[in-house]
Formats: sequence, C-alpha cells, structure tokens
Amino acid sequence: MLEIKNLKAGVEGRDILKGIDLTINAGEVHAIMGPNGSGKSTLAQVLAGREAFNVAEGSVMYKGQDLLELAPEVRVREGLFLAFQYPVEIPGVNTTYFLRAAVNAVREHHGEAALNAVDFLKLMREKIELLQLDEALLKRSVNEGFSGGEKKRAEILQMALLDPTMAVLDETDSGLDIDALKVVANGVNQLKRADNAQLIITHYQRLLDYIVPDFVHVLYDGRIVKSGGKELAHELEEKGYDWITNGELQTA
Amino acid sequence: MVSPANNAADRLLAALPTRGESGARFAALGFPTTRDEDWRFTNVMPIAELEFTSAAADAAANLEGCVFSGIDGPQLVFVNGHFSGKLSRVGELPAGVEIGNLAAAACEPCEAEDAFGALNTASFTDGACVRVADGVCFESPIRVYFLSTGDDGATANIRNHITLGANSKATILESWTGADAAYFNNVITELSVGDNALLEHVKFQNESMSAFHVAGLHATMGRDSRVAHHSIALGGRIARNNIRARLDGTGIEAILNGLYLPRGKQLIDHHMVVDHLQPHCDSHEYFNGILDDHARAVFHGRIHVHKGADKTDAKQTNKNLLLSDNATVNTKPQLEIYADDVKCTHGATIGQMNAEQIFYLRTRGLDEEAARRMIMHAFAGEIIARIGCIPAREELDRLVWDQLEGAES
Repeated sequence: MLEIKNLKAGVEGRDILKGIDLTINAGEVHAIMGPNGSGKSTLAQVLAGREAFNVAEGSVMYKGQDLLELAPEVRVREGLFLAFQYPVEIPGVNTTYFLRAAVNAVREHHGEAALNAVDFLKLMREKIELLQLDEALLKRSVNEGFSGGEKKRAEILQMALLDPTMAVLDETDSGLDIDALKVVANGVNQLKRADNAQLIITHYQRLLDYIVPDFVHVLYDGRIVKSGGKELAHELEEKGYDWITNGELQTA
Repeated sequence: MVSPANNAADRLLAALPTRGESGARFAALGFPTTRDEDWRFTNVMPIAELEFTSAAADAAANLEGCVFSGIDGPQLVFVNGHFSGKLSRVGELPAGVEIGNLAAAACEPCEAEDAFGALNTASFTDGACVRVADGVCFESPIRVYFLSTGDDGATANIRNHITLGANSKATILESWTGADAAYFNNVITELSVGDNALLEHVKFQNESMSAFHVAGLHATMGRDSRVAHHSIALGGRIARNNIRARLDGTGIEAILNGLYLPRGKQLIDHHMVVDHLQPHCDSHEYFNGILDDHARAVFHGRIHVHKGADKTDAKQTNKNLLLSDNATVNTKPQLEIYADDVKCTHGATIGQMNAEQIFYLRTRGLDEEAARRMIMHAFAGEIIARIGCIPAREELDRLVWDQLEGAES
C-alpha cells in the first residue's frame, strides 16, 4: 500500500530524513518510535504533503501512484490521512461546517453525491459516540479553545469520517491522560480493517499497550535503525532510547 | 500665516449655511493635520482640497439596491442630509416611541468638540431623531437610510439623536450609500441610553469609493445598560469613525464590533475612546479587517479606566488579514488604567493568510482556493456573527461574502 524508498528530506538546508525505507501492506499496523529530533514528525508531514519540507532523494509510492507528486488535498482524497501532533486552531470556522466540507470533498473525488446537512449530521452522530466527544464541541470553531484531549479526539473523529485507507497518527497519544488515551486507542482500533493500514508515530511505548502493532521501527537521526515485532517496543521501554542511541554510536 | 487647512475651513463655511458659535470654532481649529496625534495616520487633505458646495436639497433618489429592504418596520430616509418625506415610512407607532427627523432645531455643541464636531454643530441640516420612552421595548428594527446623489465636493452635515429611556429597548439599522462622486458626509450621532436599556446599533457604511465620510458616535450610557454597536465599513475613499463611549454608571456593557474591508486606495479608520468611570462595567472592542490592493486601515482603541472603576472588564482585539503586499494597517490598542482591581486585555495581529491553517484544511480534502475562502469567510464571519438582528446579520453576511469573492478573483 505504501512503499517508502531511501527517502531523504529536510527543511531550509538542514537534512532531517537521511534515507528511510519502509513498506506497509494492507491490514498492517506499524509503529515508529524514536527520541525527540529523530525525524518522526518530519516523516509524517512529508507524507501529508507539507511544502515547507524539501524532498531531496528517494520515492514514496502509495497505491501504485507517486505520492510526492500529489497535492495534499489529493492525498487525503485518495485515502492517506494524517492526524496532527498539534491540530491547528481555525477561529471562526464552524467545526460541523468544516467537517461536512471535508467529507464532501472526498466524496466528490470518488464520484459520490455530497451529503446534505441532515445526512451528514446522522453520520457524525454515529462517529462522535464512538469517540465520546461532547456534541457541543462541534458547534464551536475548529479546535479553538479545545483541550489537548479534545483536539486529539477531534482528529480521530475526522479520521473516522474520512475513512482513510492509510492513516498516519503523529504522536496522537502525547499529552493525553490514560482515560483519553483509551478512548483514542479504542477509536483507532475500531477503524482497523483488512483493507486499510495504520502508521502510529509515538514517543512513548504506552500507546502500544492499547494499539497492538504488527511491526515496530525505531527512528534515530533520520534513519530507521532497528525494526522488529511488538516486543521491540517493550524492550525500548525497559532499556530507554539510550540503548539504541549508544548502540548506534558504537556501530558508527 | 493662514495654513491651507484653515483656508479650506473658511471655504467650506462659506459654502454652507451656519449657525451659532461653532462655525468660528471650526474655522479656528481648521482641518486636522497628521501632526495632530489623533489624526497621525489619516491625512484629510483630500477632503480639505475639495471644491465645497452645499449638498442639494430635493434631489431625486430611490432606495433601489439598498440593504435591509426585506425587513419590516419604520424607515427614515435622508437624501444629501435632507429628510425625504416621500421615501420615509414610519407608520403607526406604539405610545412612547417617536421616530422622525431632527429638523434644523438648534443643538447643543457636542462635548469636547473637535473640528468636525464643530463643523457639524454649525451646519447640520437634519438627521434621524428616535426617542423610546421609559419601559418601552420597540421590537421592530428602525431602518435609517442616508443617500447621497453626488457631485464632487457636495457636503452634507448630518446630526442624529437616539434617546432610549430607562428599561427600554430598540434596534437601529443605518445604511450609507451614494452615487459615484467625491461628496463629503460629516456626521454626528448622539446616543443616550437610559438605565437598564438595551440598544443594538448597526452601521453599514457603503459610501461611494470616491466619497469622504467622517462620523462621530457619542454614546452616554446609564447603569446596567447595554449597547452593541456594529460598524461594517466597506465604502469611502477616506472613512473615519470616531467612537466615544462614556460608561458612567455601574454594570454597563458596551460592545464595539467592527469589520472593515478596504481595497483600491481606500483608507478606513476607526478611532475609539472608551471611558470607564464606574465599577463593574464591561467593554469589548472586536475589530477585524481584510485589506486588499493599496488599501489602508487604522485602528485606534483607547480604553481609559478611571480611578474607582474597579472590576472593569475591558477587552480589545484587532485582527488584520492582508491580501496584498501593498496594503497597510496602523493599529494602536491602548489601555490606560488608574483603578486597581480590573481585568483588561488587548491584542492586535496583522498577517497574511495563515499557511498552517491552509495546510491543515488541505490535508482534510479542501483545495487551496476553498481553504483560503473558508478562512477569509471565518475572519469576517466572526464579527458579523455578533449582530443580534438576524435578518440584518444574514444579509450583511451575504453582502460581505460577495465583496470578498470579488476581491479574490
């Protein structure tokens, strides 16, 4: 579904990703872990199409297309969704209005009829129940004045509404208390199917107690330095990132 | 030596009928210059250079294309500063409500009169007069139309008096439009709002792009009264609103809410002074501007919290969105606080379209154009949403939207 080959990218002349190789197939859940500054968020932003990052080398194929050639809006319409680490506040834009515009943009891309207000509300009510979101939030401006937990749950609500085939979650667990974390993880687990895939980027092993990955990768200094099964996450938790960084330094 | 500005004042007075001492005061003060702190960013020389004439009485006009036409209720119409009995419709009014024209009765000079105020007192021809008696709630919005038929230099001085008694309620919708000419409207509106009274005042200023508009709004408010003033400013080559609110009673709430959308070479200026004289009053200034082309805007918001005005809650925000590299904003939020126990905040932003917001919307499937529109609409909508009169709000939302769509294409 997603095939990243030797991806090198940076910002303003600074190299951040120094050759990433990663293949994700339908039905799989991958986790990427790594210390601060290892390039986790850059990878997420490059996949979503952030123009501030320059791709110097490498390729990303998504469902047989060159992902890097697609505009950000086309990527999500084609099913690649990014849940932001820091969801952006947009004062004055009503959340419900925004969500309907997003859903209809994706529907239109697939030749489906736009949902009217009534049908959309029905769909949204279904999804907010899943995420235990307060319906009052949907009358407010996008993310404005939301708590940290509300913002992250709102991201997962968007994911549920847009029903992506490849979801990238950028530190969706950061800053969440354990109850909010369970709600978010439960939401993500319910969206998992045999024909879609998830890439979970996280700083903490904790999230992986609730979302069980098929593969865990450790990102350090712009490279994946270690890959393994879910047990790798536990090993990391026990030994800390020093285990990897020191090991890396020794082999370097 | 006679400065050009003073000379202009004399020429203007010679063109107009005048009364009382105020003419002499205007002549002495002359047109303000940019050396005057209150006019630092707004150069009125283009007004002073006009070849002044007295705006024509009895000019033919109609309300075609004017806003608020679908709203029922009394309507007053002034053409070039003169009352139009033909176009005005007041109808039956309940006891305690008077709606009409001020006529050319002598008026007290306004407090701390500046040059334009003195000119207005000396030369106003007419204006709206609305009185709502104690305890009367008048639910129908009162529409007041000001039409200018044009001619370069045609000058009209207009004086409005709006007086609400204690425990009363009213909604006033003003519309300013005119033919494509460099006419000059100089306006003073006196608002007197009694104890526990409620006033919503919407001013839709859509003068000709060549016209000049200088307007003073003086609000005096009684205890526990609430005033919401909404200034939607689209027109005028130079448009200046001087808003003065005196909160001289406890428990007052004053909301000054404004949206300006200058383009071309327009300059739109809001100059506010809010005086908190008593405890437990709230005042909020919310002004958003979207500027295109070579347009300029000025926001001057001064909140003066006097000694003893404890528990004041004052907030000023001014946000500006620049669609062009050549647009300019001068913003000056200002707090002067002499009381101890207050909550005051102020802030101003000037920026281009926020790239992070656009990217976020794009990652949710909206194309760049749709994302830009959504953000721009939101920016304007934030202000318009505060208008309580629903039909007026909906119509202004559409109008503003149409203008912004034009700006983008």
